[in-house]
Amino acid sequence: MYKGQSGMWSWLFHRISGLGVLLFLLIHVVDIGLLNFGSKVYNEGISLFGTATVRILSMVLIGGLLYHSFNGVRIILIDFWPKGARYQGMMFAIVMALTIICFLPMAYFVMGPVFGWPTGNLAGGM
Amino acid sequence: MRIPSGYGPRPAGAGGFETFSWYFFRISGVALIFLALIHIFLNHVTTDVSCTSYQLVALRYTNPFWRLYDWLLLTLALLHGMNGLRVVIDDYVHSRGWRLTLQSVAGLVTLAYFMLGTITLITFQASGALGPGCLH
Repeated sequence: MYKGQSGMWSWLFHRISGLGVLLFLLIHVVDIGLLNFGSKVYNEGISLFGTATVRILSMVLIGGLLYHSFNGVRIILIDFWPKGARYQGMMFAIVMALTIICFLPMAYFVMGPVFGWPTGNLAGGM
Repeated sequence: MRIPSGYGPRPAGAGGFETFSWYFFRISGVALIFLALIHIFLNHVTTDVSCTSYQLVALRYTNPFWRLYDWLLLTLALLHGMNGLRVVIDDYVHSRGWRLTLQSVAGLVTLAYFMLGTITLITFQASGALGPGCLH
């Protein structure tokens, strides 16, 4: 079953998602740094996150973060669980399934305000 | 050289930075799963991102717990991510000069971001008009 394929893709996705999350982190530390310039400047910067375009980017980020998290657990299991290497292919399938299962409701909440979907949270449906 | 088979105890390595890095990725990774996913949940699900305003931050940061939480997230994510970048640079940049240059830049970026984030988290004091609770 394992011919280097799922192993290669999981490795490549892990690297790309990691670099993507790092890129976001480097932006995010700067936008939080706007706190130093008072409410007007900070709110102006942060309000960008509420736009439809940045919400779509946030969804991509969340998908990448979820994959990186679950695949990280898979890597740790390969390293520390004696049967980890044998089941790595099956674990990759589980990682993909968990990523999608967790991504869908997150995407609903992130995109909800754009389409007026009820979210029931602070600002929900506003 | 011992080839890892996935069975038995880990071979006793010589230690050193790469061994430390290997463990750091895994330990910080486990902590980051909780820190980062809860952070996302709080700022995109229980509160929409459009309400993560100055006012909300001012309210949250009256509790030092959230400053500590955010500082842990900042520190572990930055070190985990920049250590990943270090590995990527080592993998793809074969010229010795360029590798040294890029690793130095990455090191300085890590330090600068750690300082910016830490200073922001420690020194933040809400002042002046807090502005609206939600931004539209």
